[in-house]
Amino acid sequence: MSASPAVAASERAAPILRVDALKVCYALDGAAIAAVREVSLEVAAGECLGIVGESGSGKSQMVLAALGLLARNARVEGSVSFEGTELLGLPAADLNRIRGSKLSMVFQDPMSSLTPHVRIGVQLAEVLVHHARVTWADAERAALDMLVRVRVPEARRRMRQYPHELSGGMRQRVMIGISLMCGPKVVVADEPTSALDVTVQAQILALLREVRAQSGMSVVLISHDLGVVASLAERIVVMYAGRVVESAPTIELLRTPRHPYTSLLIECAPSLHRARLDRMPCLQGVPPNPLDPEIGCAFAPRCPRVTDLCREQRPPLRRVDGAAVAVAQVACHHPLHP
Amino acid sequence: MTQARESLIEVRGLRVEFDGRAAVDDVGFEIAPGEVLGLVGESGSGKSTLARALLRLVPVNRGTVSFLGTDLLGCTGRALRRLRRDLQIVFQDPLASLDPRMTVGEILTEPLEIFEPTLGRRERHTRVAEMLERVGLQTSVVGRYPHEFSGGQCQRIGIARAMMPRPKLLVCDEPVSSLDVSIQGQIVNLLSDLQRDSGTALLFISHNLAVVRHLSDRVMVMYAGRIVESAMRDALFAAPAHPYTRALLAAVPDPDAALCPASESLVYSYER
Repeated sequence: MSASPAVAASERAAPILRVDALKVCYALDGAAIAAVREVSLEVAAGECLGIVGESGSGKSQMVLAALGLLARNARVEGSVSFEGTELLGLPAADLNRIRGSKLSMVFQDPMSSLTPHVRIGVQLAEVLVHHARVTWADAERAALDMLVRVRVPEARRRMRQYPHELSGGMRQRVMIGISLMCGPKVVVADEPTSALDVTVQAQILALLREVRAQSGMSVVLISHDLGVVASLAERIVVMYAGRVVESAPTIELLRTPRHPYTSLLIECAPSLHRARLDRMPCLQGVPPNPLDPEIGCAFAPRCPRVTDLCREQRPPLRRVDGAAVAVAQVACHHPLHP
Repeated sequence: MTQARESLIEVRGLRVEFDGRAAVDDVGFEIAPGEVLGLVGESGSGKSTLARALLRLVPVNRGTVSFLGTDLLGCTGRALRRLRRDLQIVFQDPLASLDPRMTVGEILTEPLEIFEPTLGRRERHTRVAEMLERVGLQTSVVGRYPHEFSGGQCQRIGIARAMMPRPKLLVCDEPVSSLDVSIQGQIVNLLSDLQRDSGTALLFISHNLAVVRHLSDRVMVMYAGRIVESAMRDALFAAPAHPYTRALLAAVPDPDAALCPASESLVYSYER
């Protein structure tokens, strides 16, 4: 209350979620699989950050590590802090106070992330009962309000239904509702629309946009689909082979991609706005094997701008000088733009 | 009369029911030799059931399918086997559609053993090697098993297997949907090259409109088991006639759309 406007402004800009030098690897038959080689990123309060990458780029592993949801045999290094609290190594009881309430998640498959034998209403209400010590009666009233808010039609009837009685799109609305029950500061959505049809996907993206505008929460939207991410995120982080290769505000990234991989991803993205070409744009080759040691730039074997330097030295992720709107970073020896 | 000779496959009034409910209803279309027909629709629209019905993998309740003038639905035994040689399929999940206990060499040789049993060992070997090269794999992979390959490579093997008997119609049921964006283009270009070189007709099924636009000469849109629109490619994408087609086109997430927000107003006009 006594805080000056200047302090309030700086608080708003401070990162709410901060990932620093995060590494995830798995031991397999004596070898180490590097799922996340090294990732650092920040999510500002109220921001929607998009993370784009292909399968195996480490985008999901990174957030699962941040949320303490990795398999037991995963080795994690680095730091993940949420509102200044270090999440890595936090006792499960403390972590559970944050997870699902202040920091919540929406996963790809709404069928397997809902409990099949528990009614929808209970699954929504139990979040409040558990985290906010609200009575069941109050929690169920809040659950009903939430179903209305995420635009589930006939909310009262849906409360008593089981997940299998709902369509994929409705189930994802319920999942989003569950993630919003405690008024989270950050929602992490990992491929939230990848299992849905395009028209349903468009509706779910519209819903995410709407709830974000209402609540001012941060969203971390992870997808392999640049079009999906671009439709919601203000800033995009591009991952390749377990590292961030570029990050920039959405429009800047799409207009003037610096990393050749980003540029090719944009070119390959299925688009109906562009003229039909004789050949479908594509990248040659395949991403590197996470079992192989990392020498030079991971993208070098597929890169049209590759030089000997790229094969020998891994380009560090560096801040771009004079980036147009906000901070932009790129990890490339020969970026397309300075 | 001329019509019958011109089309490779002719489907009339096709209906497929599951538990009395129609998954495909009153579907009719033709594919000319060498033509690429795109089929788009959402999950549950009946497009995969239609593909399976054409391959006699699910029973048909009503309608006719004539393939090169032969009644496809009525034939059995040797006649059916002959038709199957000309009618091959590529499935969505590249790994699940390959037998995990067979080597790549065995997978590609099997269609030859079935459809061209008179072929000698050496000829078979040559045909397999040629096909591997055409789909962009090294001939040294013949001794390896499907799990040793990436999704994109498995799909190359699946396509190679389907093309081995030199079919006249190749049905591709969401062949790139489980692949990464950077790999999708490789497979689409491969299908397009094979199609052009061999003159095989394609029924290309996908929910990805950009991919369908890329490959197809003509496009059909399926909704709730029925064909709601069918038109030449450019006409359909330039001026979609059916409201569902318009909604489908508008819903495609597109990085370019983020740069021109004017197009966004279209996106949410349709509720199922």
